[in-house]
Amino acid sequence: MNSKSLYQEVILDHNKKPRNYGTLDKASHHAVGHNPLCGDHLDIALNLEGELIDRIAFHGESCAICKASASMMTTVVKGKTREDAETLIKEFRDMATGALNLDAEHHLGRLTVFAGVRDLPTRVKCAILPWHTLHAALNSVTTTSTEAEDDPMHAAIGDA
Amino acid sequence: MKIIDSTLRPQFTSTFDVERIRAEFPILKLRIDDKPLVYLDNAASSQMPQPVIDRLVRYQTSQHANINRGVHYLSETATAEYEESRRKLQRFINAREDREVIFTSGTTDSINLVMHGYGRKFIGSGDEIILTTLEHHSNIVPWQMLAEEKGATIRVVPINDAGELLVDEYESLFTDRTKFVGVLHVSNALGTINPVKQMIAFAHARGVPVLVDGAQAAPHMNVDVQDLDCDFYAFSGHKMCGPTGIGILYGKAELLERMQPFKGGGDMILSVTFERTTYNSIPHKFEAGTPPIAPAVGLGAAVDYLSGIGMDAIAAYELQLLNYATEQMRDLPDVRIIGTAAAKTAVLSFEVKGVHPHDIGTLLNHEGVAVRTGHHCVQPVMLRLKVPATTRASFAFYNTMSEVDAFIAGIRTVQKIFT
Repeated sequence: MNSKSLYQEVILDHNKKPRNYGTLDKASHHAVGHNPLCGDHLDIALNLEGELIDRIAFHGESCAICKASASMMTTVVKGKTREDAETLIKEFRDMATGALNLDAEHHLGRLTVFAGVRDLPTRVKCAILPWHTLHAALNSVTTTSTEAEDDPMHAAIGDA
Repeated sequence: MKIIDSTLRPQFTSTFDVERIRAEFPILKLRIDDKPLVYLDNAASSQMPQPVIDRLVRYQTSQHANINRGVHYLSETATAEYEESRRKLQRFINAREDREVIFTSGTTDSINLVMHGYGRKFIGSGDEIILTTLEHHSNIVPWQMLAEEKGATIRVVPINDAGELLVDEYESLFTDRTKFVGVLHVSNALGTINPVKQMIAFAHARGVPVLVDGAQAAPHMNVDVQDLDCDFYAFSGHKMCGPTGIGILYGKAELLERMQPFKGGGDMILSVTFERTTYNSIPHKFEAGTPPIAPAVGLGAAVDYLSGIGMDAIAAYELQLLNYATEQMRDLPDVRIIGTAAAKTAVLSFEVKGVHPHDIGTLLNHEGVAVRTGHHCVQPVMLRLKVPATTRASFAFYNTMSEVDAFIAGIRTVQKIFT
């Protein structure tokens, strides 16, 4: 385990200067994600033009891992289709929980800087929360929680 | 960067030999990420010294059987050891009689016992229960459940910005409907030592019984339940060098006798027919089923160990640790201590500007330093002090001044990473 390796320059930079931080005037989809274990919350708004995520923004209170994950997520999914976003959500979640073979083909690119969380069970939820919330927004679930049992992604996240 | 000068550390005139004590805790020799373990999460759970580990091994290897029923050697031995442990706990808190000491699974279980055994019998519709803002969730939720069931009301003693109870406000909360007071002796999140003796005297003058949650006090100071005159005192074994799964409820005999049982089962009865069951006398009335015998024996060994060092010596040494750590922390820029009560145990909750507690916790772990982050099961305190979460370092008598230095250096490292 090397917890320090998680705090790489790119993550620290996105934490300090989060991209797409704020709110949208016009949003077709919106969700708020909570992690009741630490009180963190994240608000994600996006606008779909047809199947394309044309704009996306987030804001909230969270740790550096969560904020950087949200920031990088918005830069990656912006301009992608809903289906591509869902693929990334699944791959990111699998990476964070250690279920993804990083040597096999995937679409995560520089998001692999978060691969280290798989060795930090208590921090997995921090990294996943933005993706979890994006999934909820895309499926028109307005509030979600890392502990919500009826949440479609709960089973995959499990107890950290 | 400030150079820590070890000659500035307090010099001990006492004979407190922390290195000799540390040698008795095998787990303290661990290395984390190739750094020596600096264990500062003692308010969550403490570590176990070799004499307690040895006692558990001796019990399991030569004394174990079920208690209170067998006529054979092992059952008699286990029963005797279990009851001897009860007497050790009686002496540790200076209870008048050993039957006033009930073995539970921990503080939470002890409080739930009082809620079911006393609260459900004696608290009714329109009655009022006084709790404090500082309470751990375990001394809030059971009473909320009772209030909902009975139609009772909970009134809450406020705190000031330092994290101290406002005793005047406490006194003004009493009405002729006040039926119960629950107060924690020491705050788990902030370390505040509450003036429970004074609060108990005030409640008693109005005929109101008081439960003290002593989970964070019993491991760190001399507790005398007769001097406090509390009606109930709850604490856990695993926070005081004992095993998990064992705790104590002290209760005044006359109250325990009037209470209804909490759990039904074997051992808590004198006779059972399908028409009628006669309950056993205290403490057995409250110890249904096979109790955690080995953990109870282990807790007896733990209080022997603590008493051997001396609770007053432990309190004095831990105060020196707190003062040194507080002083060092005050020198750090952009760090704010949460909880600055005049009377405190060795607990330091804090915020680092611009860094989330979870990031602090993960990065300190990389330095070998174990701390707790989050809301510490006291969301009302966090709400009142307007902090979403804190990082908490909580010390024990086996921590050292150089561990304080390692902790402070760790925070400087965190700050460097985040600048």
